[in-house]
Amino acid sequence: MSQAHAQVIPGSTQSSQRRKRRQIGDRTIANLFIWPTLILLIVVNVFPLFYSLYLSFTDFSVIANQAPQWLAFDNYEQILTAERSRYWHNFTVTGTYAVLSVGLQMIIGFGLAMLLREKFRGSGLITTLLLIPMMLSPVVVGLFWKLIFDPSKGIFNYLIYTNAAGGTQWLSNSTLALWSIVIVDVWMWSPFVMLLCLSGLSAIPGYLYEAAAIDRASAWFQFRRITLPQVAPLLLIAVLFRTIEAFKAFDLVMGLTGGTPGDATETVAVRLYREAFLGKFKTGESSALAYIVLVIIIAASNLYIRALNRVREG
Amino acid sequence: MLKKAARIVILGTLVLTSIIGVGSVAAGPHARQVDELTILWAEWDPANYLQEIGNRYEEETGIKVNVIQEPWGSFYDRMAAEWAAKGDAYDMVVGDSQWIGQGVTEGHYMDLTDFMVDNGIKDTVTPATLQFYGEYPAGSGAYYAYPTEGDAVGWAYRKDLFEDPDNMAAFEEQYGYPLEIPTTWMQLRDIAEFFTRPDDNLYGVGVYTQIDYDGLTMGYETAMFSWGVDWWGEDYQVIDVVNSDRAVEALEFYKGLYSFAPPGTNNAFYAEMNDVFINGQAAMIMNYFAFFPALINPGVNPFAESTGFFATPEGPYGDRYTSLGGQGLSVINYISDERKQASLDFIEWFASKDVQEQWASIGGYTCNTEVLASAEFLNNTPYNPAFADSMNFVKDFWNIPEFGELLEPVQRNLNAYVVGGEGTAKEALDNTALEQYEILVDAGYIEE
Repeated sequence: MSQAHAQVIPGSTQSSQRRKRRQIGDRTIANLFIWPTLILLIVVNVFPLFYSLYLSFTDFSVIANQAPQWLAFDNYEQILTAERSRYWHNFTVTGTYAVLSVGLQMIIGFGLAMLLREKFRGSGLITTLLLIPMMLSPVVVGLFWKLIFDPSKGIFNYLIYTNAAGGTQWLSNSTLALWSIVIVDVWMWSPFVMLLCLSGLSAIPGYLYEAAAIDRASAWFQFRRITLPQVAPLLLIAVLFRTIEAFKAFDLVMGLTGGTPGDATETVAVRLYREAFLGKFKTGESSALAYIVLVIIIAASNLYIRALNRVREG
Repeated sequence: MLKKAARIVILGTLVLTSIIGVGSVAAGPHARQVDELTILWAEWDPANYLQEIGNRYEEETGIKVNVIQEPWGSFYDRMAAEWAAKGDAYDMVVGDSQWIGQGVTEGHYMDLTDFMVDNGIKDTVTPATLQFYGEYPAGSGAYYAYPTEGDAVGWAYRKDLFEDPDNMAAFEEQYGYPLEIPTTWMQLRDIAEFFTRPDDNLYGVGVYTQIDYDGLTMGYETAMFSWGVDWWGEDYQVIDVVNSDRAVEALEFYKGLYSFAPPGTNNAFYAEMNDVFINGQAAMIMNYFAFFPALINPGVNPFAESTGFFATPEGPYGDRYTSLGGQGLSVINYISDERKQASLDFIEWFASKDVQEQWASIGGYTCNTEVLASAEFLNNTPYNPAFADSMNFVKDFWNIPEFGELLEPVQRNLNAYVVGGEGTAKEALDNTALEQYEILVDAGYIEE
């Protein structure tokens, strides 16, 4: 009896262990990892996304202590059609800024990559130094470039030899202010484009150039027919990333001009901030504006991705 | 098995009930005895001074006072979020004067009228501060805040430049009257022009231009009020008020002053004003009195010994006003009756003359009429006489809940004209008036 009992006990222990092992199976472990992440994602990302979409159709103000009132498309209509809403001005400023900034970054970034393509003594150090600007905080960059642009004590006017009385007022001139932000953005992010282009250039097989050289192809022909098509996919990725960032331009603008003079450099993101906070707290209207920006970014991204696919397909 | 579970449930319920019961019995008398008060204010020196005053209150009464400081940039956001949640995290707030409309109409602030009147507190402060910090709507005789930190736009100047014999002689020769503290805005302009010497990196005057929040508006309205103009007329009318001929004149004048400002002050507020003064670029600056302590500190300002202060001068038509800063102390409506009573007790103690004298002596800007007029207060700092003077002619802008919306077109249009040089003063003010009109119509203050 006791032996039989002794034999049964180990057997039952093994079976219960097996049961436990079954209970914490691969699926359970996977669920244990996935569900907390999913719940976090839903609470922090998905719910706010859909809730803000709902709010964009209401007159909700986060500080008004009143329930949201349904307005249907009034907020969108106000933003896109109201004569005095000035939103189109903000979109124009943002678009101009994006075109100038991204365009110059592509030219300068690609140019730098071409220069650094061939290894030479100190090229590694130079590449590292060139990458420093993109590692800095945009707020810090904005603040120290504000000092650099200072008309009386900044170094920028000294470097470009302007003699205007009291120095050229880069940040308070309606035309120059946007260019000032573009200059800083190009300084900061051209190295990023350079980095992408460098990786593209280093991946071009050497035999293509060798074959071209045998055919006595000119340097321009090699650039146009070999270098550019090979780097194009990465250039397009750079354009995509930088355009999306340009549409979100906020910290650099706030640090440099705050949207001034008047609203000459007020980008959509700065306007969004002003509508959503700064004593206004128009949560509904600003949510609508945010969704319009989101749609524009998704549309632009789709266009770029299509172009990218066309380039890849040859 | 079931019996065991039922026993556990019954036992647990009994334990829980007894804990809650004992807790309730213990909390009953205890809740009536508030032993801690929490006040929200912005993060700056006056809040430290209020904490000192609070420590004295604790010594006297045993009730601890905590002054929670929030950076200026997020001060309003934090309070607004608390209001929206009807939260009771704070017993009191030292809120900006323009918040009062929202605080009252949305029910966030406790009505202090009976308390202020019955205890005679309303008669202890200057009428202007009571009106702008405490009363809503204007002229109603209903009070929601005790004027705590008075503040106004004043002026700092370099005495070493003003009293230099060569400068004095040259100025008198050029303008036909002696170089002294300006008593009119026109004199201020002449002095600013006189000291504008770009070759010496010296400029006449620093003025507010900042576009975010209310910087430029505070500067412009200091001139505008002195030109006899207000932000609205009767029944909230803004057309032909905001853009009246005198307003246009005042704005053109303000832009003229900006032409004598140090370069780089295109988006400048209180910090930048002190900066250009301390680095020797400005002969005069406008700034809130609350930021003048730094200017008499030799460790901060190399010109501290030769820095003088004066109140805003008179306008061309005999009006004299200056822009109001500062805050009033309000009781949050969402706290318990016991905490409300404890808060009122604190305000009553704080408003007494003795405590207001202490408040002023450690650096607080009292609004108490008697303390402001006392020799002790006037001799306490070089800027106190100008401050006491200013407290008699301060004026504020809108304090209705839509103040933020009304502010934005002023900041944008005026910045474009003053700083960016776009259009004319008339155009800037016409656009402002029209935009403000639409806001007021939408909000139901004006019938279209």
